[in-house]
Amino acid sequence: MEFGFTTAAYVVAAVLFILSLGGLSGQESAKRAVWYGIAGMALAALATLIGPGQGLWLLSIVLIATGGLIGAYVAGKVEMTGMPQLVAAMHSLVGLAAVFVGFNAHFEAGHVATILAGAPTSLNATGMGAWMHEQHLGTFAALIAHKTPVELNILKVELFLGIFIGAVTFTGSVIAYGKLAGKVTSVAKKLPGGHALNASAAIISVLCLIWYFNTGGFVPLAIMTLMALFIGYHLIMGIGGADMPVVVSMLNSYSGWAAAAIGFSLGNDLLIVVGALVGSSGAILSYIMCKAMNRSFISVILGGFGGAAGPQMEVEGEMIAIDAEGVASALNEADSVIIIPGYGMAVAQAQNAVSDLTKKLRAKGKNVRFAIHPVAGRLPGHMNVLLAEARVPYDIVMEMDEINDDFPDTDVAIVIGSNDIVNPAAQDDPNSPIAGMPVLECWKAKQVFVSKRGQGTGYSGIENPLFFKENTRMFYGDAKDSLDKLLPLID
Amino acid sequence: MKIGTPKEIYEGEARVAMTPDSARQLQKLGYECAIESGAGVAAGFSDAAYEQAGVEIVKTAAALWKTADIIAKVRQPVETELKRLTKDKTLISFFNPGGNEEGLELAKSKGANVIAMEMVPRISRAQKMDALSSMANIAGYRAVIEAGNNFGRFFTGQVTAAGKVPPAKVLVVGAGVAGLAAIGTSTSLGAITYAFDVRPEVAEQVESMGAQFVYLDFEEEQQDGSATGGYASVSSPEFREAQLAKFRELAPEVDIVITTALIPNREAPELWTEDMVAAMKPGSVIVDLAAEKGGNCKLTVPDEKIVTDNGVTIVGYTDFPSRMAAQASTLYATNIRHMMTDLTPEKDGQINHNMDDDVIRGATVAFEGAITFPPPPPKVAAIAAKPKKDAPKELTPEEKKAKEAADFKQQTKTQVTLLVIGAVLLLGVGLVAPASFMQHFIVFVLSVFIGFQVIWNVSHSLHTPLMAVTNAISSIIILGALLQIGSGSALVVVLAALSVFMAGINIFGGFLVTRRMLAMFQKS
Repeated sequence: MEFGFTTAAYVVAAVLFILSLGGLSGQESAKRAVWYGIAGMALAALATLIGPGQGLWLLSIVLIATGGLIGAYVAGKVEMTGMPQLVAAMHSLVGLAAVFVGFNAHFEAGHVATILAGAPTSLNATGMGAWMHEQHLGTFAALIAHKTPVELNILKVELFLGIFIGAVTFTGSVIAYGKLAGKVTSVAKKLPGGHALNASAAIISVLCLIWYFNTGGFVPLAIMTLMALFIGYHLIMGIGGADMPVVVSMLNSYSGWAAAAIGFSLGNDLLIVVGALVGSSGAILSYIMCKAMNRSFISVILGGFGGAAGPQMEVEGEMIAIDAEGVASALNEADSVIIIPGYGMAVAQAQNAVSDLTKKLRAKGKNVRFAIHPVAGRLPGHMNVLLAEARVPYDIVMEMDEINDDFPDTDVAIVIGSNDIVNPAAQDDPNSPIAGMPVLECWKAKQVFVSKRGQGTGYSGIENPLFFKENTRMFYGDAKDSLDKLLPLID
Repeated sequence: MKIGTPKEIYEGEARVAMTPDSARQLQKLGYECAIESGAGVAAGFSDAAYEQAGVEIVKTAAALWKTADIIAKVRQPVETELKRLTKDKTLISFFNPGGNEEGLELAKSKGANVIAMEMVPRISRAQKMDALSSMANIAGYRAVIEAGNNFGRFFTGQVTAAGKVPPAKVLVVGAGVAGLAAIGTSTSLGAITYAFDVRPEVAEQVESMGAQFVYLDFEEEQQDGSATGGYASVSSPEFREAQLAKFRELAPEVDIVITTALIPNREAPELWTEDMVAAMKPGSVIVDLAAEKGGNCKLTVPDEKIVTDNGVTIVGYTDFPSRMAAQASTLYATNIRHMMTDLTPEKDGQINHNMDDDVIRGATVAFEGAITFPPPPPKVAAIAAKPKKDAPKELTPEEKKAKEAADFKQQTKTQVTLLVIGAVLLLGVGLVAPASFMQHFIVFVLSVFIGFQVIWNVSHSLHTPLMAVTNAISSIIILGALLQIGSGSALVVVLAALSVFMAGINIFGGFLVTRRMLAMFQKS
């Protein structure tokens, strides 16, 4: 093997990446795991530069360093509430890079083809090899040159796929970024024609594939790229803000598959391995999120809630408001408290106030815990990160399954900025759009306080019977202001 | 409406049914509060403190009974007090309805509503107004303190320069609320504590308080406390014999005996016989919390402390809660306040005497000119009946096995099906694709497989860091760009350079932000 060293380095890097993902099974091992990832990446890049990478090292290093500086700056500056946007934005970079690399592969293939066409026909295999050597082809070009026609066809399909997925990831992530950052409306929006537009764009892409397969020209590739960009844009535009956890993990998955497809076309095993790891990771996350909402992946992706089979139950009763004093006296009397944070906490930047409240209550010997629904927030695990940032110890932050049975023994449940994930209609009302979705059963606590900005419904626009329950009191106002008012009253 | 609390008439009673704190809470429910002048003095609450809490001070008892719509007091009301009731007044108090027929008749003839605090049913929802429990808790604590007061030695064992002191041995008979409170107090003072109860299911509670449960060598169908609302009932003669034999065995050893055995509406059972007292060491102490109902020890004299010929002190006080009047008043007033909260669902200062409510119905002994005692059994059982708990367990051994086997079979089936489909697909691809492609393809499939295995183990709370880290490593696409950057064509170089640049942002941004996040996760 020409680059035995590189291959060895790739194997080590792949192992490091696997360890890096596996280490995330626990908070402590995760701190080690991220170093495995960094080492793997450094090793992979270095081995490529020394080995099969060709020339322009200085340029490469300068580019990496500049990119790294920007990356480091952004990583150091980003607010934890802005995490979803950041992740989405970074996905778009991977997508775009995949598109570029795919194009390059196409150009190289064309380049090699022209050279081969100019080769003297009289040469035998050995002579051909020598001749090829004289042409000063790069590693990748040399690889292509050795391919048989069948392999070249497969190569075409691979890079076509890579570009397609990359392009969808790119625009999709840009739109997801816009929605999460509030720069694009988070309401599900579709152009007239809806899914028919997506479908026709997909069909055109398939036609382009056949066209490209037969001719190898750039035009079908370009058309397909435009179509893919449109699909990415339109698909994500049609998905509402509450489904963003699925969207972000799905885009994460796509960026992995794009890398894997490009890996195939470049014949680079490390790209394939890592692409597959990332792809399956994103797929599993999407699956977990969908399951937590009791919805199929398809219905999330196609946007909107489907399948409501009749009129929703009428909600009776009225919402009873309460002031900070009332909440404080209940908290002062309570022994056990469960806090259920949601996206509203992130929006109001209330995580530090929540943490202060927790500290105060815990100092008084009360049992304070957090209940996190899998789809709370706009990113899988979003709430955990926010609470960790505010120095809430992770061992009192529970998953839904761990804590759902404890609500009946709880004195006070505080809902901060979440809505659908605490909606009893999911269990009681078979006609509710979210029927069957597992929810946090906070209404079983002796008392529930809901911190909420106003009387409106959540993202899904579903009425929440929790707010009308006898043991529920509404604590209106911005989550942070409300908590700041509450804090001095806890004695 | 107005809630009033008169001064307790009963000799030596120091408690009061309303404290300044509870008055504040009652006012939040919309009530006005009034109190007889000097009612709280014995419990340490001055008239001024009440006045500060917005309570009206009424000079005489007569005036108070007249002005108040709701009268809250502690002790069973005497005849003169009951005569002051009128049709639209409500009395909340201990009432002893089982042994107070004249009182019930009088209340009935006056047409007043009477809520007897000892009748609050023992269900979870009503715990906050269960005055018997809150008073029993105080009695248990105070019993240990009284015992210590009359006991000449330390509770805790000590090895001092002046010699070794053995720890006191305390036996608590009856592990109800008072018994458990006594156990807790005694163990925290450092004594070796034993406890006995006829209901074996409380053994766990006893042990959780740090005492040893005294088991009998006795085989009999044990009592099920749930049938009697969590109270003890009468035991069989054989059981009683076994129990007394055990006590006789313990009598010479123990230094302090605290008996709390009471059976509702009956005289207290004799558990500590004269010969046991005689067997005890001089200086030992017996505190009989059942003194009011005749005592668990026949030598007990109610309301008095006696010393037997062999130097054993027997304390027969019946007013333990009153001896800690400040604490007892606070708790009792809170019980009353919770009762009022339940009676005032609208928080508008108007009583809504809802006789469909289990708790209110249970506690009401006279209502609108009728005697409503004894109440029908509550709809909610006090303690979940035991058989229910056992039922699912009995099913388990064989059915569980069968179910497990079926589940396992099903799982194997799906797994095998998936594997077969996967294998067929792979073979299909292998038939058409060239070997070089298959090499990569195998790597791909294995990686997907590893990915699935690894990612399932990632903890939920780390999903955001997982996304950030996978995002960072997906910039492995940089390898592709690095491979191409040296190519001859200018366009390729530009595109590759751009890719390298973007991937660079991603690598550093992704890893650094992950590290930042992970550093924030910390244990408490």
